[in-house]
Amino acid sequence: MSVDKDTVQRIAKLARIALDETQAAAMEQELNALLAWVEQLQEVDVSGVAPMASVVNQRLPMRNDVVTDGGYADNLLKNAPQCEGHFFVVPKVVE
Amino acid sequence: MSAFSDITSLTLAKARQSLRAKKISARELASAHIDAIAAARSLNAFITETPEHALSAANASDDRIAKGEARPLEGIPLAIKDLFCTEGVRTSAASRTLANFVPTYESTVTRNLWDAGALLLGKTNLDEFAMGSSNETSHFGPVINPWRARGSNDDLVPGGSSGGSAVAVAARLALGATGTDTGGSIRQPASMTGTVGLKPTYGRCSRWGIVAFASSLDQAGPMTRTVEDAAILLKAMAGYDPKDSTSVDAPVPDYEAGLEAGVKGLRVGIPKEYRIDGAPPEIEALWTRGANWLKAQGAEIVEVSLPHTKYALPAYYIVAPAEASSNLARYDGVRYGHRAAKTGNLIDLYEQSRAEGFGREVRRRIMIGTYVLSAGYYDAYYLRAQKVRSLIARDFADAFQRCDVLLTPASPCSAFAIGAKTSDPVSMYLIDVFTITVNLAGLPGISVPAGVCAGGLPLGLQVIGKAFDEATVLRTGRALERAADFSATPQTWWKL
Repeated sequence: MSVDKDTVQRIAKLARIALDETQAAAMEQELNALLAWVEQLQEVDVSGVAPMASVVNQRLPMRNDVVTDGGYADNLLKNAPQCEGHFFVVPKVVE
Repeated sequence: MSAFSDITSLTLAKARQSLRAKKISARELASAHIDAIAAARSLNAFITETPEHALSAANASDDRIAKGEARPLEGIPLAIKDLFCTEGVRTSAASRTLANFVPTYESTVTRNLWDAGALLLGKTNLDEFAMGSSNETSHFGPVINPWRARGSNDDLVPGGSSGGSAVAVAARLALGATGTDTGGSIRQPASMTGTVGLKPTYGRCSRWGIVAFASSLDQAGPMTRTVEDAAILLKAMAGYDPKDSTSVDAPVPDYEAGLEAGVKGLRVGIPKEYRIDGAPPEIEALWTRGANWLKAQGAEIVEVSLPHTKYALPAYYIVAPAEASSNLARYDGVRYGHRAAKTGNLIDLYEQSRAEGFGREVRRRIMIGTYVLSAGYYDAYYLRAQKVRSLIARDFADAFQRCDVLLTPASPCSAFAIGAKTSDPVSMYLIDVFTITVNLAGLPGISVPAGVCAGGLPLGLQVIGKAFDEATVLRTGRALERAADFSATPQTWWKL
């Protein structure tokens, strides 16, 4: 499989990364080289093989559904590019 | 040529002994390393130096030692990969995105180290978000290997992504360092800098507070100058952490205790698929020598097969970017991290901030990851790669029916020139051919310096163990270290 220019821009949109024309052209080439290289996985017989999502052979630990942490609004906002009071500020989203 | 000062050349174990015997003070030890770091800025190993931090912690350590209250790593100065969040100390992940990010919390691994009495010298350089094999993708510029080929003044890469940590240890700028390893990022730079690098079993060290790259593969581990030092540091780093749901609640053994027990009767597997076409003959020769060293110490050498080895790299380059694209979705320019100056609507803000904040390799991996997870391609790429991953893990399980550890080269090449591989991503990815399988299977692996190439540059051998059997990995690594007696050091050409 390979990608064309439109697909590259569609993926860039999904990934929320702006690409100009030059970057998109370079990216198209790079992605196609990588996709051609990973194509060899198609020759592996994976019938009846379960996909591995985790190497840790254990159940996720459970705990009571209660608040155990929090109350750090100031800390959470400390690295915000822009904030007002205890709010993050973004460009207007509702007209 | 004058080499290193006596005090910075101590091993971590020796320094610990000298501190406890009050032959040196923690302050003296910290100062010597602070001076060494200042004189080695041309290597670009550190993104942030924290000398005041180190000195005030050293004073506190000296007080504790005087009172007889020394903890396991009391007064030991360490370098920390700039991927571990450190409270009040900038943590950049070598990305423009996080160039001004100052965490308000401490990662569990570094918390464990400070609780054990260690002190922070500074945060080391790395590939951006740990994505790279040569430490050339850092927003803060490449790290320079202290090693140079015989008769050459060319700058070489230290390997990556934990290149700054490897260089800090190799150039005697720290007694030890932390690294993280997603596809070889501890073991491969260790091999290229003549140092010891250990990737523990997935789940052995908490990932909490480490900037995430590929969550099912990332694992923190120690980088040191000796196997004994790696054992000491791992003990302090490891342990169950309820804040990381994949951290494993298993006792952490005393890794130092069995270190000298030797390899008599140990079955060492040699995976035949690791003989790869085009690898330099000296790599194969070193590997054979390593097997002979272990055999001479009483180990039994058995040939084993890991038939799906050749599919590990392509499977990794689907799984890791897929996880990365998901993990890095959090960098939106809103809550923290870089925000573009000129933006229109909210979508523009995301797209421009991310375009400016991420470097080329990171953008490429996010794009690949987004593509393989997108509708219509998920089964063909991601699901298939995860099935191949199961087969790779099964290969190891089968091999471990016949042996206790595996011996392989750590890297298919020694350190190479800056820029030599940056134009071809796949050739760069191939550097991790011997290490990447271990991450996919979640196993522990160590790289131990075992010899030098024709140009005089270090080469490592890798020992791979069963899950949670770091003790045997370390013991085998120690046996290799004893036989290799690797004593070469880089010339101190960088010193001011």
